[in-house]
Amino acid sequence: MNSDSFQAPSPRLFLRKNFLQLFHALKQLGYQILGPVLSQGAIQWKTITAPEDLPIGWNDRQEPGSYRLEQDSHSRFFNIIHGPESLKPLTFTSRETLLVLDRQDHTFSAKEIQPEIKPTAVLGVRACDLAGLAIQDRIFLNDTYPDPYYEQRREHLLLVAVNCTKAHPACFCASMATGPKAQYGFDLCLTEADEDFLIEAGSRKGLQVLEQLTCSLASEERIIQDKERIAACAASQTRRLPTANLPDALYEAHDHPRWDQVAARCLSCSNCTMVCPTCFCHGVEETPSLDFQQSEHTRVWDSCFAPDHGYIHGKNFRPTTKDRYRMWLTHKLASWIDQFGTSGCVGCGRCITWCPVGIDITEEAQALSQPSD
Amino acid sequence: MTHNPYLIHPARILERKQESTDVVTFRLQLTHSVQQNAFRFEAGQFNMLYVFGIGEVAISIVSDPDEPAFLDHTIRIVGRVTQILGHMQIGETVGVRGPFGIGWPMEGAKGKDVLIVTGGLGCAPVVGAIEYIFRRREEYGAMTILHGVKTPHDLLYRERYDGWRHQPNTKVLLTSDEPGKTWHNHVGVVTELFDDLQLVPDNTLVMMCGPEIMMRVACNVLTHQGLRPDAMYVSLERHMECGIGLCGHCQLGPFFLCKDGPVMRLDRVIPFMGKVGV
Repeated sequence: MNSDSFQAPSPRLFLRKNFLQLFHALKQLGYQILGPVLSQGAIQWKTITAPEDLPIGWNDRQEPGSYRLEQDSHSRFFNIIHGPESLKPLTFTSRETLLVLDRQDHTFSAKEIQPEIKPTAVLGVRACDLAGLAIQDRIFLNDTYPDPYYEQRREHLLLVAVNCTKAHPACFCASMATGPKAQYGFDLCLTEADEDFLIEAGSRKGLQVLEQLTCSLASEERIIQDKERIAACAASQTRRLPTANLPDALYEAHDHPRWDQVAARCLSCSNCTMVCPTCFCHGVEETPSLDFQQSEHTRVWDSCFAPDHGYIHGKNFRPTTKDRYRMWLTHKLASWIDQFGTSGCVGCGRCITWCPVGIDITEEAQALSQPSD
Repeated sequence: MTHNPYLIHPARILERKQESTDVVTFRLQLTHSVQQNAFRFEAGQFNMLYVFGIGEVAISIVSDPDEPAFLDHTIRIVGRVTQILGHMQIGETVGVRGPFGIGWPMEGAKGKDVLIVTGGLGCAPVVGAIEYIFRRREEYGAMTILHGVKTPHDLLYRERYDGWRHQPNTKVLLTSDEPGKTWHNHVGVVTELFDDLQLVPDNTLVMMCGPEIMMRVACNVLTHQGLRPDAMYVSLERHMECGIGLCGHCQLGPFFLCKDGPVMRLDRVIPFMGKVGV
């Protein structure tokens, strides 16, 4: 994690042909390395051992309701912006066995399950995902009840960010002030060009890695050039969330007719909440053994779009898709701010891309922030 | 792991009282002395009760906080977990995780008149507060307990209401929407009982529990009688699964009712109460 007192040295140049050094340095420090890897028609975080494992020669084309990977002739390592996974599954796992309980006569005992965690370096983290992780930190590492499972996974991460120099049509990080430049929470940060990378450390841990690499000092000109490429990426984004007064507008929009319109399209499938870097709803599954002598107490991701999310003995507080969509959007963009001092949206655009019917959160927020006729 | 908020501690059923066909009150005691000695709670807080192999359910603690070695819980058999829990017997073991949430303002109510308004079946969360006051009777002003049910059959704790009537400086009024032949109390909705009360608005604190719509209406009527919204407290119910504000189910507007509630000061929650679909 980033250290507050850390003074970052100026960025250096790191040649593409030396990139394997980064793998060696991380490995030497005991890290397993995860990176974006082609998998099932998308990319996922998978173990990688060399730059060749990265999706070189592939592009992602994302738009509402569509994610396609395409091949071309480029040789960049991090040309694909992102897949359905943010960093969330690495810290707040989709399934986590919390306890195993054993029955003895008239009583039982509960045993905490220690998660098996290896120090893990993640290569190719985007600014929006760092922002998402920072929000999840606020949720799971709060003062009263820090989540010990999340905490342990989080402590074992080393994050190598990549600044975005291109955006896909669903991106709107610029309007959320979370990207395209990685601003905090990384250990190392790369800006990729054809022949080399601008590389900077964001923590002592990152600097320790950086010192193992053959680098040269980056020229002022080059630093400015990369800043401009990132700024151009921000400027290319067409979607934005209306941020002024949005929370109040949404709280007051309870009876807005737009909810009916969006509910008529929404499949209540939960895809948006699964791919969201910040959504944190979960439930607990109890799985007893066949002989009923042992039981596993497992946390699993839940979603406010699930039919029983608002269910309580015989009554469902949010029985319709309209109720659930309103719950999700109002929480994400309004009550989240009351709860955690930040919006629940980082502008990664995943909920737009991975929505089977292409519902666009920015469009809905825009419509809902306008008074109904 | 240090401070694992998910860890479940075994507790033995010491006593069991059948309140009605589908309501049971258990007295529990944590099995291990370390947990038993460390356990402290406040009136209106709840525990997550666990049944081996079945799961957890949020139930308020109704016993006295000054005797934290005993944890009384009233359970209505309504769902998957309570179906099993409600039929458990003395000597069997349940799991306890807690206490969680923010309870009734017992300190803030000291020296004041207290008006209790409950409706329907869900009055258990306020029973702890009532008993708390009667055990410290001289610290509180006049007590008024109003309870409305749909039919006389729905009246739980009949003996307790009768007992409370005999407490000093205490008024107990019951009402039923649909009275039977044996009903000798008021007929109608609970808010009708307000008319004959001589409340001192500046010195009255209200504790309420029941259906949200009933509480919303009751709060409106009381506001008209001069009671301030910040002197009224309501106990709210939502799906609670983790007890620590992390699982997301119990949200009401900006609040996690398991962590910010279940007892909420009315002025904070009134915009969200009784709304359809929230």
